[in-house]
Amino acid sequence: MAELSNPVSHPSLLRFEEVSVRFDPDPPVLDKLSFNVRAGETRIILGAAGSGKTVLLKTAMGLIQPVGGRVFLFDEDVTNKPETELFNIRSKLGMLFQESALFDSMTVAQNVAYPLLNQKAIVIPRDQMESAVRKSLSFVELEHTMDKYPSELSGGMRRRVAIARAVVTNPPLLLYDSPTAGLDPITAHTIMALIVKERDANSTTALVVTHRYQDGNLVANFRYNPNSGRLDPAGPEGTNTIFMVMKEGRLVFEGNQTELEACNDAYVSKFVKRPELEAA
Amino acid sequence: MLDTLKGPIQAVQEFYELTGRAIRNVTRKPHYVDDILLQMESIGVGSVPIVLLTGFFSGAVMAMQMGRGLQDYGQTGRTGQFVSIILVRELGPVLTGVMVAGRNSSGIASELGSMKVTEQIDAMRALGTDPIQKLVTPRMIATALMLPCLTIIDDFIGMIGGGIMAKVLFSVPGPQYWSTVWRALVWSDVGQGLTKPFIFSFAVSLIGCYYGLRATGGTQGVGRATTQAVVWASIAIFVLDLFIGKIFIAISQIGT
Repeated sequence: MAELSNPVSHPSLLRFEEVSVRFDPDPPVLDKLSFNVRAGETRIILGAAGSGKTVLLKTAMGLIQPVGGRVFLFDEDVTNKPETELFNIRSKLGMLFQESALFDSMTVAQNVAYPLLNQKAIVIPRDQMESAVRKSLSFVELEHTMDKYPSELSGGMRRRVAIARAVVTNPPLLLYDSPTAGLDPITAHTIMALIVKERDANSTTALVVTHRYQDGNLVANFRYNPNSGRLDPAGPEGTNTIFMVMKEGRLVFEGNQTELEACNDAYVSKFVKRPELEAA
Repeated sequence: MLDTLKGPIQAVQEFYELTGRAIRNVTRKPHYVDDILLQMESIGVGSVPIVLLTGFFSGAVMAMQMGRGLQDYGQTGRTGQFVSIILVRELGPVLTGVMVAGRNSSGIASELGSMKVTEQIDAMRALGTDPIQKLVTPRMIATALMLPCLTIIDDFIGMIGGGIMAKVLFSVPGPQYWSTVWRALVWSDVGQGLTKPFIFSFAVSLIGCYYGLRATGGTQGVGRATTQAVVWASIAIFVLDLFIGKIFIAISQIGT
């Protein structure tokens, strides 16, 4: 763990300092939230519905501005920055939205090409555009859907296209908002396997919001094997996965999987599947 | 009391902020020309059938009612004059504005509202696009260009409808009808008849965008946004009509 906190080899990519978000007249959605995401980490954010997980990701992206505290992206203070100044820094982030948020009026290929065409910080020659889109879609194994519209795809396929759109610019930091919500177990596993594949193939840092412990378990204990194209057990070196548990806008737990499973807090325990509990 | 006023004041402030940003974006890059053309096709060309129908029948009804009144004075020959002035100054711009508001303010509000509740607006921002630049400004420009054109079509078709009724019901000869239509109009009428739809276009497009972009609460919220957009755009057209009409009357009085 000592090496992981080394600011040189593992610089901070996202830092929250006492961040509060409130939508009047309701109580705060995020309440003085502090954490630091370093390069190479995968953070699994667990929490009940309404605990502020989605707002956390949107605040990290600068889509919601906090009423208190500071947000740092790549060591740059982005708190209350004007929208136009945020565009450049957002090009270093990829985000998978809860409902995929694909543009209905565009084909799959146009959706995936969208960040390449619109992120000012990303300059890609026109003739390489199609190959970049194709490569990204083949990453999620949906190359054959290029000319289809999102409405012609299943929920799982839309989620995969949204992953392709999020990773097409090769961002170093990825934010996944409930990637498995509303999906059957097989499709959910496919999506989580893609997240692990993206982490290991491209060495990206990620925040994964979920309410399913098995999603975090998969990320924490498996690695993508480029030779077999499958997920293999990570082994003793681990995967540098940190779990965070949120409750009513506050961070009530932050630590690795062993610490999470050992935690006796009643709320935190609800998110952990323990063999003895399952047996009971 | 202050809490009651807070909502409407905030709404007005947000609307002016949206209007300011949309207008500022006209000169700023990037310009989404494809989106402007697409919206011109959707708002302009798509509205032609309803404008033709409402224009024709409003002109016909006006000629029928005016002709009846003028018949008492033996002045049915002047039907064209009344039809022309009322259509060009008032009925054409207002009727076209209200029809386009019903068709397009609702369409814009539901489209943008759906995008809002499915996080597509957030995705747009996350992927490096200003939603106002990409969605609002093209709709505002397209409506500003197309509504005056639609009004001209509405006026002309209304005059044709009036001419047919004048001929059928009151036996007004065609050349006489068109001569009175033409001679009744002065440049200030034409100016007023084109200024109104130009200004109404901002109400039609921006009110639709405003309600669409602030939609919350799923499909129910989109439905609510659509209704509010049509209602407020229509009210705005009538209020603006009064003020613009008054300004033109004041200008004509200064001239004399």
